[in-house]
Amino acid sequence: MAKSLRIIPEKCTGCMQCELACSWVQTGMFQPSRSLIRVNIFDEQASYAPYTCFQCDEAWCMTACPVNAISIDADTGAKVVGDANCVGCGLCTIACPFGTVFYNPDTQKAFKCDLCDGNPACAVACPTGAIEYTESESADWLGGWAEKVNESYLTSIEGGNAA
Amino acid sequence: MSNGGWTGTILRVDLTTGRISKESLNMDWAKSFVGGRGLAARYLYEEMDPAADALGPDNKMIFATGPMTGTNASTSSRYMVVTKGALTNAITTSNSGGHWGPELKFAGYDMLIVEGRAPVPSYISICDDDVRICSAEHLWGKTVWETDDIVREESGQHDTVVTCIGPAGENLVRFAAIVNDRHRAAGRSGVGAVMGSKNLKAIAVRGTGGVPIADPQKFMSAMWEMKSKLVEHPVTGEGLAAYGTAVLVNIINESGALPTNNHQVSQLEGADNISGETLADTRLVANKACFGCTIACGRVSQLPGEAQDKFTVTTRPHNWKIAVEGPEYENAWAMGADCGINDLDALIKANAMCNELGMDPISFGATLAAAMELYETGAVSDEQTGMPLNFGSGEALVAMTEKAAYREGFGDELAEGSKRMTAKFNRPEFFMGVRGQEFPAYDARAIQGMGLGYATSNRGACHLKSYTVAPEILGIPEKMDPAVTEGKAEITKIFQDATCTVDASGLCLFLTFGVGLDEIQPQLEAVTGISYTVPELLEVGERVWNIERMWNQRAGFTGKDDTLPKRLLEEPIPDGPTKGEVNRLGEMLPEYYEIRGWNAEGEPTQEKLASLGLA
Repeated sequence: MAKSLRIIPEKCTGCMQCELACSWVQTGMFQPSRSLIRVNIFDEQASYAPYTCFQCDEAWCMTACPVNAISIDADTGAKVVGDANCVGCGLCTIACPFGTVFYNPDTQKAFKCDLCDGNPACAVACPTGAIEYTESESADWLGGWAEKVNESYLTSIEGGNAA
Repeated sequence: MSNGGWTGTILRVDLTTGRISKESLNMDWAKSFVGGRGLAARYLYEEMDPAADALGPDNKMIFATGPMTGTNASTSSRYMVVTKGALTNAITTSNSGGHWGPELKFAGYDMLIVEGRAPVPSYISICDDDVRICSAEHLWGKTVWETDDIVREESGQHDTVVTCIGPAGENLVRFAAIVNDRHRAAGRSGVGAVMGSKNLKAIAVRGTGGVPIADPQKFMSAMWEMKSKLVEHPVTGEGLAAYGTAVLVNIINESGALPTNNHQVSQLEGADNISGETLADTRLVANKACFGCTIACGRVSQLPGEAQDKFTVTTRPHNWKIAVEGPEYENAWAMGADCGINDLDALIKANAMCNELGMDPISFGATLAAAMELYETGAVSDEQTGMPLNFGSGEALVAMTEKAAYREGFGDELAEGSKRMTAKFNRPEFFMGVRGQEFPAYDARAIQGMGLGYATSNRGACHLKSYTVAPEILGIPEKMDPAVTEGKAEITKIFQDATCTVDASGLCLFLTFGVGLDEIQPQLEAVTGISYTVPELLEVGERVWNIERMWNQRAGFTGKDDTLPKRLLEEPIPDGPTKGEVNRLGEMLPEYYEIRGWNAEGEPTQEKLASLGLA
């Protein structure tokens, strides 16, 4: 069983410690614009949602890359951009359905979450346990969450119709 | 030159001429004043005539970050607005969290200095090196939340952070605030009115750069150590996240120190209705953190269906269906206890409107409390107020919030703040404050040290400049008897100086519930690469305190202004556990001057100034 990053948005306070930690790994500075995990803040709904690459089983970034620069790390299962091969075309950033592959204007390469070689800095930095790196049968934790949201949405529509 | 913490660049915008310039930070000053409140005070002291009109073009506004701002040290979100206060005519240092300060830093600037007055409504747009003055004609009249939405949209960048004024700032309400991230405010002393007087609606910032650290290894270990201590401390690790600052309502009320009905009494009946505990049980939907904060004290509340239609403010129905921030302890007190109101829903609505319209809820609430006393004593009539202004009326609170921001009807009187308002109606003794600024939520008759702190606070009455409530009531770091005056001069000086240092660092004062300068010192040293000892950091604070004092002297303040209203000095608390108490300022002030190295008139001596490098 592999470990995967799991995000529990209900626990997030929007403090950005994950972005700070990730950017430190990327650039050696505190530079959230280079973070590979992003926190979206929805004020009116009181919702704070970190999101990053969840290492899809069927990784479209890999499929899209014309020079096979993205490979799977044998230890962590992370999809990793090889800087030596990446030509900076940006196709992977477009192919990713979740917007979690980025283009770094400083290096002119794609960059994405590589699970920090098995010790993700964002999970270490999170003060509320909203980001966990844990054993799980599937990396597809987002699926379960989406299902839940979908369900409550459908319920709210049905409720609306009844009224 | 330092290789971490500071960006080394100041951005200067002259709104009169439209000139935008970037200049190097004076590193000698950076070293001896650190940043934020301290460094900005140094610049303001150098550049501006303190006698200038607060609402005229010669007043300057400095938006200042500290070297810790934008790092991953806990509570690294802070920026300071330093200017001549429209409420006080004294130097003011209004602090805000959220995301704006770090974003200014990421854009490459330690400080932004705004000068002059724009010929037409304008806003400043900053995206890294690209800085522009844009027209804000289409934004004039918009609320804070509308402005935030529109300016972010116009920037074309999702991550743009906006700080702005609402209608209150435009209308020069004396206690107008500057609000960023919709709900975070540089709240006090009327900084929003100063911004409004400059025709400056908003400052939008997007920064893609980073903050470098001089000694990363040392920083990481010091940073983690402080975070662990914050987690372990019951206040910063648990209490503030669970109940927010309003956890103080019951504590201060039971201590007989919760000023009620414009400081006539010091306990509120039904105080628990507006406490942090009740808020958490009934209206809280989330707790929210400012940038980098591991404490996360921010309250996010939402009114349930039946409460949405309470009160007759009908102009903004959408607002009551969404999550809003607050109320915090000070706001719950000012608009609650001080107005005799124990209805939490009234506070949630009025507080959200203060954020939306850009007003300081402390001064607004306290001014309304004074107006209620005017009303109940017959000094103003129904005809003048337009509605009954009885203590305890949530309806009056909610209605007057809107009227004050727009200066409608009696709101026009409230908008002047309680000192000017009570003077106009010939009852100046109803003004409860210092240097024109209304008191915060602690009765100085019940907590002696707070009286000295209020009386000597450079920006007028304030709880954030020497929070001796910590030792006197909460027992942090050690318990002191709130009823005695002995030892209060000394602790007040230490708290004032240490607070200046925290305010200069870019960190939030709230972390001092759990840690102190001992924990901040190694982080600051590692971030900046400049060695500071703890005594040196305290001296930085003392330097800042004295330069603010000097600035005020030049603005016309003297030792005679270091006083409290007659009610606190001569009218004993009538009831409750602190019955019979008055504030005995006279026992503390001379000793305070002496400890400060000031003469009997409260002026810093040449010797003291020389020792601080200010002569």
